Amino acid sequence: MIELLPLILATVITAATPLVIAALGEHVVERSGVLNLGVEGMMIMGASLGFAGAVVLDNSYLGLAIGALAGMVMAGIFALFALGLATNQVATGLAITIFGLGLAGLIGQPFVGQPRPPIPALVFGLDPIVCLSFVLMVGTAWLLNRTRAGLILRGVGESHGSAHALGLPVLKVRLLAVLFGGLCAGLAGAYLSLIYTRFWSPGMTAGRGWIALALVVFAAGSVWRLVAGAYLFGAILIAQLHAQAGAIGIPSQFLSMLPYLMTIVALVVLSMAGRRGAGAAGSLGQPFVPDR
Amino acid sequence: MLKYLLGAAAAVALSVAPAAAQQKLKVGFIYVGPVGDFGWSYQHDQGRIAIEKALGAQVETSYIENVPEADSARSIEQLARTGHKLIFTTSFGYMEPTLAVAKKYPDVKFEHATGFKRDKNVATYSAKFHEGRYIIGQIAGKMTKSNTIGYVGAFPIPEVVAGINAFFLGAKSVNPNVKIKIVWANTWFDPGKEGDAAKALLDQGADVITQHTDSPAPLQQAAARGKFAFGQASDMSKFAPNNILTSIIDNWSPYYIERTKAVLEGKWASQDSFEGLAKGEVKMGPYVNMPPEVKAMAEATEKAIASGALNPFKCPIVNQDGKEVECKDALTDAQVTSMNFYVQGIDDKLPK
Repeated sequence: MIELLPLILATVITAATPLVIAALGEHVVERSGVLNLGVEGMMIMGASLGFAGAVVLDNSYLGLAIGALAGMVMAGIFALFALGLATNQVATGLAITIFGLGLAGLIGQPFVGQPRPPIPALVFGLDPIVCLSFVLMVGTAWLLNRTRAGLILRGVGESHGSAHALGLPVLKVRLLAVLFGGLCAGLAGAYLSLIYTRFWSPGMTAGRGWIALALVVFAAGSVWRLVAGAYLFGAILIAQLHAQAGAIGIPSQFLSMLPYLMTIVALVVLSMAGRRGAGAAGSLGQPFVPDR
Repeated sequence: MLKYLLGAAAAVALSVAPAAAQQKLKVGFIYVGPVGDFGWSYQHDQGRIAIEKALGAQVETSYIENVPEADSARSIEQLARTGHKLIFTTSFGYMEPTLAVAKKYPDVKFEHATGFKRDKNVATYSAKFHEGRYIIGQIAGKMTKSNTIGYVGAFPIPEVVAGINAFFLGAKSVNPNVKIKIVWANTWFDPGKEGDAAKALLDQGADVITQHTDSPAPLQQAAARGKFAFGQASDMSKFAPNNILTSIIDNWSPYYIERTKAVLEGKWASQDSFEGLAKGEVKMGPYVNMPPEVKAMAEATEKAIASGALNPFKCPIVNQDGKEVECKDALTDAQVTSMNFYVQGIDDKLPK
């Protein structure tokens, strides 16, 4: 069992990386007071266009960049409606998810079943995006908690009315946050189709966007709790597969639900501890219209 | 006068057009996934294309893809209403909706895949995929060096369980020391999770991977470690050309052509079809990346099963409790399609 640990650890990290990246993006979005439920849609667009781009240009790195941009374009559409026209954020986000799932399938159609060569590892057998996700964690935590820009972003999220009264550009801050969220979701999607499983198939995100959203809730405002949650989730997911392969005699259905069960248990424990409220931004999900 | 003539000509054309169209048999298909899934729905669509190729001008086909099982009645009815006289519904969950729509359209013939409920105008069909599993079991038994084979299953339903048993019996027939490790992904399609399941099996010492889930991810993970695996539903060679051993291919074309012909000739009747290698509903991909003697063995087994000389579930079949299962010559089709036990030698518990 001991000799398996490094292998298991590597699998856990790759399984958790798309969740970490997408959740970090959405975390920033929600800190700015916007709820974008379109993560799954932005992610699948990243997976589809990222893979398509990699095949057409025959370059997986460019594919990753294209995937990230595709997520950002989807986020731009979300921003146009939810910020520009102050539409209901929940409905707009859901629309982005449904639209993204369909459009990604359409664009990806000619690329189904095409193989891609693997991207070589960067250091310690870790691929470049895993390394980037480490930078992203530290960078996001630093930006949100240690810089003036982060303070403004959180201020806009806590109370957009007060922030506006102070002369802060509420919509501009939110637009940048939403675009960053899309960039991350798109990159997470491209990671799925170009590194995690190297092919494109419709619906391949298989609900990971929703798990990322749940992780943001789980994080209750802390980047590090978010990261811990994502790795915990990944670890339980992989551990249950290993438990099955080791034939320990626990029903597989129970093991499969374990990651989700643990997430709920952790949430309950956290909320019972009652630390700093629920941790969501004060004006989360409320549309902001400047002249009101 | 000219106007009148033109009008008359148009009227004639109008009355002729539907008559000509009526002679074409409209055949409709309902798919649970996208035709581009490169697996289950893709293979059904290949069957649809085969009908068009074989029967050409006599038929006209159409399909609706991505139809959720719970909301399929509308789509099935849409096909029935638009003049389709033969409709194939290609997923287990379409069973009740198909029967319900069939009651409303008694003159339309329905064919439901993998179900077990029939009606006067509803037939059912499935394929003996376990025959192919017996062959790949033998190949795996010969190819494994660690004597440990990894199996990624979707859900513990009879179709998958029968596949595991047939696979294990095949492996055991050529390698008495072989062990099998089973991981349930609890999904038909989640490439990430399927791949992780394969990685877990590889980490625990499996050196041949087989799968009963729909994406090529397990095959690809095996290839990344330089191990061997098999393709599922369609020929997946291109995902791992140097590490694939063969694929079990769903081939619905012969059945679809036969049933469409039956409608054209007015001979269609409700029935239950469960065919395999013999009729070509199950086909094997090319046998590659293996020594010639293993290839020869696989080909011989394929022939023997196709000719009926060999049945993967020939008696005696012993379950995990060491009891012989009730059996005459070989297990019946009904016993295979309702299988809910592991055979002796599988060192795992079947989740129930």
